[in-house]
Amino acid sequence: MAFSALRNARQLLLLAAIFVAGAYLQATGLLTNILKYSGEIVFLSGQHLELVAISSAIAICTGIPLGILLTRESFRAYANVVTQIINIGTTIPTLAILAIAMTIFGPGVLSALCGLVAHTILPVMLNTVAGLSSVPKHLIEAARGMGMTPRQILVRVEIPNALFVIFAGIQTALTINVGTVPLAFLIGGGGLGELIFTGISLMDPGMLLAGAVATALLAVLVDFAIGQCQYWLVPRGVNPLR
Amino acid sequence: MIQLDRLTKVFGEIMAVDNVTMEIPSGAVCVLLGPSGCGKTTTMKMVNRLIPPTSGKIYLDGRDTSGVDEVTLRRSIGYVIQQIGLFPNKTVEDNICVVPDLLGWDRKKARSRAADLLKMVNLDPAVFLRRYPKELSGGQQQRVGVVRALAADPPILLMDEPFGAIDPINREVIQDEFMKLQAELKKTIVFVSHDIDEAVKMASHIAIFREGRLVQYDSPNDILARPVDAFIAEFVGSDRTLKRLRLVKVADAMMRDPPRVRAEDTLDTASKLMEEHGHLSIVMVGPRGRARGVVRRDVARAKEGGVAEHQEPLPGVVNVADDLRTAVSAMFTHGVTWLACVDDDGFYKGYVTQRSIAQALGATYRD
Repeated sequence: MAFSALRNARQLLLLAAIFVAGAYLQATGLLTNILKYSGEIVFLSGQHLELVAISSAIAICTGIPLGILLTRESFRAYANVVTQIINIGTTIPTLAILAIAMTIFGPGVLSALCGLVAHTILPVMLNTVAGLSSVPKHLIEAARGMGMTPRQILVRVEIPNALFVIFAGIQTALTINVGTVPLAFLIGGGGLGELIFTGISLMDPGMLLAGAVATALLAVLVDFAIGQCQYWLVPRGVNPLR
Repeated sequence: MIQLDRLTKVFGEIMAVDNVTMEIPSGAVCVLLGPSGCGKTTTMKMVNRLIPPTSGKIYLDGRDTSGVDEVTLRRSIGYVIQQIGLFPNKTVEDNICVVPDLLGWDRKKARSRAADLLKMVNLDPAVFLRRYPKELSGGQQQRVGVVRALAADPPILLMDEPFGAIDPINREVIQDEFMKLQAELKKTIVFVSHDIDEAVKMASHIAIFREGRLVQYDSPNDILARPVDAFIAEFVGSDRTLKRLRLVKVADAMMRDPPRVRAEDTLDTASKLMEEHGHLSIVMVGPRGRARGVVRRDVARAKEGGVAEHQEPLPGVVNVADDLRTAVSAMFTHGVTWLACVDDDGFYKGYVTQRSIAQALGATYRD
């Protein structure tokens, strides 16, 4: 209950902030300046979202299986080592990863995706491990005792019960991801970074804001979309929001 | 029927179960009892191979289970654990249908079975089928846990301290419900417990373990009346004779065909009857034989007239189907040394006295 109240408050605050920012932009005449770039905003947002979609799809499709693998009986011993390695990967600044990726793959989308995936995978994997480890042992014993195979236990018991936590990881990861994509522009990856960094170089606040506000709105939208998925896809019995 | 043949389990250096041989007949409720770490749970879990035996064999209805695939084996054996283990992501209905679904039953058939099972434990299917486990009380969850184990109608049920986590009042209720269910279903049940009272109440057979060994395997009455050694005597408690009160029915300890008088008889008749039997009081019955009141000998001697006007209300009656514990408790409650015994319709069937109870309990010591 407290959890969902907090969420509601957060969403209200966000709306208020957007309203105030809009009023301010209109008053200073920046809004018309920004709207000048509406064509670019639409096009680059598409590119931006494409990068987000591809990189997070890769991150989710590797992070979740990796998390599952690390919680299996036979791999549990390696869980710490793998987590540490991925942890180190995350401590390296994004820009540095992008730079390293560029030296290997050359400038372009591929390098950008590498950097983004490296940063998105950790929260997904860690939350998968945390979610699966928090499934009570007696549930697994009951499932085993009733004659479920290890795969059935995973699919019918473990994953549904860990799903809420896994979704929380995806939500964090994607919000970070959307905010990191602008850096991809620096190595020729495209996205809304183009407006932001060009705006900085040209000292054009309208252009700069066009990129920044659009990025912020995308982050909010993605967060909301994942939140909705979490709300509707996690079974009611294990969903504290419902 | 479950046969354990020289069953042994070694964990590293520790002999968890040491050469246990026993036979549990079909329809029996066998309670495995003992202090913690005595091997009772390990023994039970070897039956569905949650723990693989180090050596020894288990036969279910004469069939050696070591040749059966463990998943197939487990699906044919009901399993209830102390923590209940209902899956929180599934509704009550889907929880009950877990094993039928695993076995590939027709969905409709499995769902209607779930509704029938809920009715058997007095939960309204219309209310509970769609609920999630978190929306049930502890007692309701445990009822669902038990019927879930029964869903695919397995001949054998393994229960690991199933009522251990329930508060004492609800535990009694659920135990009684379960006994009624078992009287109907006649499953072969292996039941792990550390509670001697629960064992005496539920079991047809009790197996007491100590340090991995099966020390005594007997009927509850024999365990209480003739413990084989000091360990068992201490384990079942110094009040073990009192515990046996629960195992003997009033019908088995009462004096049958008791003398009685009717309302229209005279006190003189009553007095003579009492002297003849050496009784201090006599029960007055109604026209069809229901116990109605009592006439005391001193009153019958001192006064004259009919029984009807000098009778007193009965100090307490006990049903012939009750156990002696109830009878003794009623005696102490009413401060009397005897009780009239009636059947379900209130007909006077006999009486129990403190002496007859002592004799009923003593009989097994002497034979």
